[in-house]
This record gives sequence, structure tokens and C-alpha cells, in this order.
Amino acid sequence: MERRDFLARSSGATAVAIAVSVGLPAHAQTAAVNAPGWNKAAFDGKSLADVAKAMGATSAPVESKDLVLRAPEIAENGNVVRVGALSNIAGTTQIAFVVEKNPSALAASFDIIAGTDANVETNIKMGQSSNVYALVKAGDKYYYAVKEVKVTLGGCGG
Amino acid sequence: MSDPMRIRAQAQGDKTTVRVLVSHEMESGQRRDAAGKTVPAWFIQSISATWNGKPVMSAQWGTAVSKNPYMQFSFKGGKAGDKIAVTWVDNRGDKRTDEAVVA
Repeated sequence: MERRDFLARSSGATAVAIAVSVGLPAHAQTAAVNAPGWNKAAFDGKSLADVAKAMGATSAPVESKDLVLRAPEIAENGNVVRVGALSNIAGTTQIAFVVEKNPSALAASFDIIAGTDANVETNIKMGQSSNVYALVKAGDKYYYAVKEVKVTLGGCGG
Repeated sequence: MSDPMRIRAQAQGDKTTVRVLVSHEMESGQRRDAAGKTVPAWFIQSISATWNGKPVMSAQWGTAVSKNPYMQFSFKGGKAGDKIAVTWVDNRGDKRTDEAVVA
């Protein structure tokens, strides 16, 4: 009886060990390891509202003239679109860039640490012409500015 | 591994402006290779910078940040000779840190 219990228990453990080692989903060639603190829910968002909610908003972001979004009217190459945002809203702690029509709407989110200017720039990919939003968190309120960017050559790889 | 980041930090008046050009494929996970197979997503997820060891910037990136990503930010203070260090972590768990001196 004891021997059977022992064998049953150890074979169960081996089965678990094997399951864990081949537990990667078939489509993942290299195990994806999300960086600590990476807000997966925000990057899965499909709209400005989704992203804002995943960042902690409890009500819809409000458009603000104190948030200046720099983006071209026409982007020749959707692979590299320079965008920037300057927030004059007091207490800005986060600036994010959201591309409405991209498969993953949230492109990037910058934390504004005390002493750092609420003024950031980066290059993003746009799959097609779309509204581009700068989304700002200041205190516990959320604000946005929007610009329509036309893309002549889409850049998400499709 | 990857090529070094190009970091340019310039002190002007009471602030320092930092420009970073990172070397990274930033695969969106949408692209198909010549054989028609989807190339898996491979991209920097978090990036941060310190000034003489003090954090001055951190960001989370998704697949829509361009290949060989660029970013620019500025902070109060800084003078020539100060150290800027930038570190990134990607979705394969790889990371890299490069340093530069403020001009």
C-alpha cells in the first residue's frame, strides 16, 4: 500500500514536470517574458477609452488645450512617425501616445518623474491613416489631445 | 548582442535634454517572413534613464514603437560631465544599459 502510494505520488510529480517543460503554447517560438511592471492590459486596449481605463481612469478623458500634440499632417512612411507631446497641465505624471487604428492602440507611455519636463518625443509605427492621441494623467484626472495623421505607406508590417 | 545605444545629453541653461537612439528590431508580431510565417513579436517593453544614479525617466513601450527607437526628454538641472545611463528590457527578458556624459 505504501509503495503504491509512493509510486502514484512520484509519477504524478513527473507528469507535472513534463507538462511544465512543454507547457509553452505552440505559437511561441521564444518564451515571451513580460518586463516587470509592463501594463499588459493597457497595451491590449483597442481604443483611447480602453487604454485610459487600463491606466486607471474612472471616467472618460477630457480634451485639453493645455496639452500640445506634435504629429505630422501626412506621414510618408508609416514605419517611422515622429510624435511629441508637451503637457502644460499641472501635476502631469504620465504621457501616452495612442493610435486609434493600430492593432495595439497604445504605442508608448512615459512616466513624468518630478523634475522631468512633461515634454517627450518618440517615433511610432502607424498601420494606416488614423487619429493619434496624446493621453495625459495628471493627479487622478485624464486629458487628451488629438490629431488626424494621414499615412501614405502603412507601417505595421502587414 | 545588440549595438550600443546612441545617447546625446546636452545641458542648456537650467535643463538638460537627452536624445536616445536605441538599436532594436522592435518586431510588431504582425509581419510575415518570406515563407509566410508570422515573425513573433520582439520588442522593448520598458526603458528608463538615470542622471548621476537618480531616475529621471521611465517609459513602457508596445509593438507600435518604431524599429531602432528614438526618444527625447528633458529634465531640470544637469551640467557637463554628469552621467546619464539608459536601460531597456525587452519581451524576451534581454536587457541592456548604456551610459553617456552630459555635454
